[in-house]
Amino acid sequence: MNVDDQLRELAPQVLAALVRRGGDFETSEDAVQEALLAAATQWPDEGVPDNPRAWLITVASRRRIELWRNESARRRREEAAAAMPEPAPVPEVDDTLTLLLLCGHPALTAASQVALTLRAVGGLRTDEIARAFLVPEATIGQRISRAKQRIKASGATFSPPAPDELPARMAAVRHVLYLIFTEGHTASSGTALHRVELTTEAIRLTRQLHALRPDDGEVAGLLALMLLTEGRRPARTDPGGALVPLAEQDRRRWDAAAIAEGTALITDALAHAPIGPFQLQAAIAAVHAEAATADDTDWPQILTLYDLLASIAPGPMVTLNRIVAVAMVDGPAIALDQLDAAARDPALAGHYRVDAVRAHLLDRAGDHDSAREHYRRAAQRTLSLPEQQYLQSRANRRP
Amino acid sequence: MKFLILIYTNPESRQIWENLPADQRSAGLRAYQELTDELTASGELIVSGPLADPSHARRVTVRDGQPLTTDGPFAEIKEYLAGFYYVECDSAERAIEHAARVPGLDAGVRVEVWPMRTLNDFGVDM
Repeated sequence: MNVDDQLRELAPQVLAALVRRGGDFETSEDAVQEALLAAATQWPDEGVPDNPRAWLITVASRRRIELWRNESARRRREEAAAAMPEPAPVPEVDDTLTLLLLCGHPALTAASQVALTLRAVGGLRTDEIARAFLVPEATIGQRISRAKQRIKASGATFSPPAPDELPARMAAVRHVLYLIFTEGHTASSGTALHRVELTTEAIRLTRQLHALRPDDGEVAGLLALMLLTEGRRPARTDPGGALVPLAEQDRRRWDAAAIAEGTALITDALAHAPIGPFQLQAAIAAVHAEAATADDTDWPQILTLYDLLASIAPGPMVTLNRIVAVAMVDGPAIALDQLDAAARDPALAGHYRVDAVRAHLLDRAGDHDSAREHYRRAAQRTLSLPEQQYLQSRANRRP
Repeated sequence: MKFLILIYTNPESRQIWENLPADQRSAGLRAYQELTDELTASGELIVSGPLADPSHARRVTVRDGQPLTTDGPFAEIKEYLAGFYYVECDSAERAIEHAARVPGLDAGVRVEVWPMRTLNDFGVDM
């Protein structure tokens, strides 16, 4: 394990240890961040200490006292509280969960939840988070300090939420991890040197959450969805860096281990847990993954899964993806009729994805000229640069 | 989502602004500062800044591989870029709310909210 990985593993443990020794979350988190920074500079040169965790706790504790000294008398009273006897040790695994739940506090914006989770639980440094999100360090620093102020103002402490709040908070944590994954999902990553891979980090954190809550079917479903999506990554781009759609990917280039793990996870979750949207999305990804070629895809099963998804978690994107499955099962004419109806939904009116799906269906129906026109329209309006290039290449394709 | 909020002004608005009583001008500047402070505090601001007078702007072209700069034609333009906010917000609606707070919109200043392209492609092959 390299130093960065080691620090990321230890970060939530060290933070929890500090808070348990009677510190406020806000200052402790800053102190841990500085200890991580010190370790990242010193360890590669001077070697990793014999007990890295103890080293970090010592450095962070010292730094915390300095931070306290720099502040007002109000802070000094809290320092007196810090002298209280150390509470009985609690298994560290629970600390990570408590931290994740605190970072998913409803008083925070999604962007703040994401930044705080990556720093407090993920052990990433502010500069690493900033590079990954392509914003200045000050912006991320501000999001984190704002998040901690909000948590403090809400009166939340470093303890699990009340039982009646737990389901909503777990849902928020899953959503944060999903956002980290989707944010990092881009074919053109790696342009910035040492850019943290957000997808890898999201999988690592979700893996930890799954280990803590193995019976939560939606956590298992989320982890499976991430693994199945990530497993396709090697085949998602051609040598020129352009996106390759699922149907045209060279499936031999998929990461077989990630796909096998994701498939096993979702198979187990579906058998044991109440169904949920992440599980259904993972199940759809698994059905795609089990087909040796695109032509072998079990589309009737995918359509059944989309029908279920549309009934428990309807949404405009679910509607459109379901229509693509309808085309594969019942033919493009029926799918085009359903698309006309769906396009009247205000949530989809004027959305570029309607044009992209229409183009795809028209292509399947053999009307290539109209398809190109809709690909062109979709390309013009998508916000995603790789998607724009892909849609434009479809628009330019000769029949 | 990242958005560029572009603030345009014109010579007439500029004139009105310059002829305002000092207290009204400082109220306008305070409103700008408050908007910037709030965007900073919320963690939504990426960067922002006011632009210098158009007389300082240069147009750059390349001819025969050589860069060529010219001064104008900025003198006759009806409207010019005066400043910008580069922000990251949870929604376009939120970015529009911020843009609507730019001072002077009732006196000829104009704002535009442009979403940035992303490199993200999650869901493209779904």
